Amino acid sequence: MTQFSHTQTAHCESGVISNLFGHYGLHISEPMAFGIGAGIFFGHLPFVKVNGVPGTTYRIWPGAIFARACKRLGVEMESHKFNSVDKAMKALDQQIDKGVPVGMQSSVYYLPYFPESYRFHFNAHNLVVYGKDGDDYLVSDPIMDTVTRIDTESLIRARFAKGFPAPKGKMYYPVNVPQEVDFQEPIKAGIAQACHYMLKIPVPMFGVKGIRFLANRVKDYPAKVGDRRAGLYLGNIIRMQEEIGTGGAGFRFMYAAFLQEAGTLLSKPELKDIGRELTIVGDGWRNFAANAGRVCKARSADNVSYGELSKMLLLIADQEEKVFRRLSTVKL
Amino acid sequence: MKKDEVPQDGDNLHHGTFKQLFYAVDQQGDYTTATSIGWEPENVALSQAWDEVEQRVADTRSKVEAGALSPIAYYMERTLLDLPLLALKAGKFQWQVKRHMKPSVFKGLSDKMTERYADIFGIPAGTLRSGELLPFKRPA
Repeated sequence: MTQFSHTQTAHCESGVISNLFGHYGLHISEPMAFGIGAGIFFGHLPFVKVNGVPGTTYRIWPGAIFARACKRLGVEMESHKFNSVDKAMKALDQQIDKGVPVGMQSSVYYLPYFPESYRFHFNAHNLVVYGKDGDDYLVSDPIMDTVTRIDTESLIRARFAKGFPAPKGKMYYPVNVPQEVDFQEPIKAGIAQACHYMLKIPVPMFGVKGIRFLANRVKDYPAKVGDRRAGLYLGNIIRMQEEIGTGGAGFRFMYAAFLQEAGTLLSKPELKDIGRELTIVGDGWRNFAANAGRVCKARSADNVSYGELSKMLLLIADQEEKVFRRLSTVKL
Repeated sequence: MKKDEVPQDGDNLHHGTFKQLFYAVDQQGDYTTATSIGWEPENVALSQAWDEVEQRVADTRSKVEAGALSPIAYYMERTLLDLPLLALKAGKFQWQVKRHMKPSVFKGLSDKMTERYADIFGIPAGTLRSGELLPFKRPA
């Protein structure tokens, strides 16, 4: 049976990168994978609704961190989607028979080992299957503290959940992993891209502008959608911020950890310094969540509380803008 | 966030059995990792989301029992789906699924379509056909 070294991580996509590349001798921490893949982002999408509640994201869209990290580190991946369940499961069996751990996209709703309270229809969860034992597949799910297993039936359902995005049995595995990688250029490219996405996208919903956009909408929630829905909207902002695999403040801390690691690696103390500033922004996000949680719990909305929350977000936007402006001027 | 500030509010929906990993700074200001069994604001938001699901399931159950909607509507809520997602999974247009939620149309639903819905809802086709409303269990 294939030995797979499982390390628990904070986020599924950067975690799978770290665990899968490590299997082939390219050791890269989760924050480093997240930074090189320019995972940090913000977006508020009032028109993308799930159960009538507008969506907020604190990271780049699913799959982007992976694609960018591979390109920048020179890792060649083979990736397949399937129209037939049989073909998809056969292709998976073939690879694990060869001892190749396989990454795949799945829906958390169908993962029996997943904490039950998190099992909503989220279709872009990444995990690694590294072996088979009878009817069970052996799973390294990066957000779990140890390896686990899943029955064939559930895995099929998770791999072929319809919805948006539909995994369509997507599986991927590295075919060529360089052993020696100079991290300088990948770090530089990752930072440049993150700054661009946070500061320069000419659409009001994205980057630091997106945080201000959300701030302006939060202010009017009780008047616009009523107390009950306002509470739900707010609850969703917190959940997207703090829930596993999506965590907003978590992503700020992870990116700060990346800046610290990069600063040490490239002997650029300025990066570490910027990392410290970003840590303070992350604390600001947590403070926001703590207050928003109180408003949710009280259930009675008053405009004052929503106004205060809006102000907190505006402050966070200013701080985050300052951090990324400074980061964009660092010579690497 | 400092390492010793990583929250440990275990009073949540997974009873502290699941630990999440966080990046936090140690005494020297260097990043390290720590696990957390939960955090109050997230617990509030998560439990609020489940309250909402529970409410929708209960409301829809009354409507089905009153004969205003078919069991398709009930099981859609019970499976945490909304109309766009259910239509996608069923391979139908939203207006068609909506039609299937009329008790009169539901009665004439083909076996094939009933089976397809039952599969999406993870229940036996016979149960769906009979109109039995299996209870909803929220994660506790």
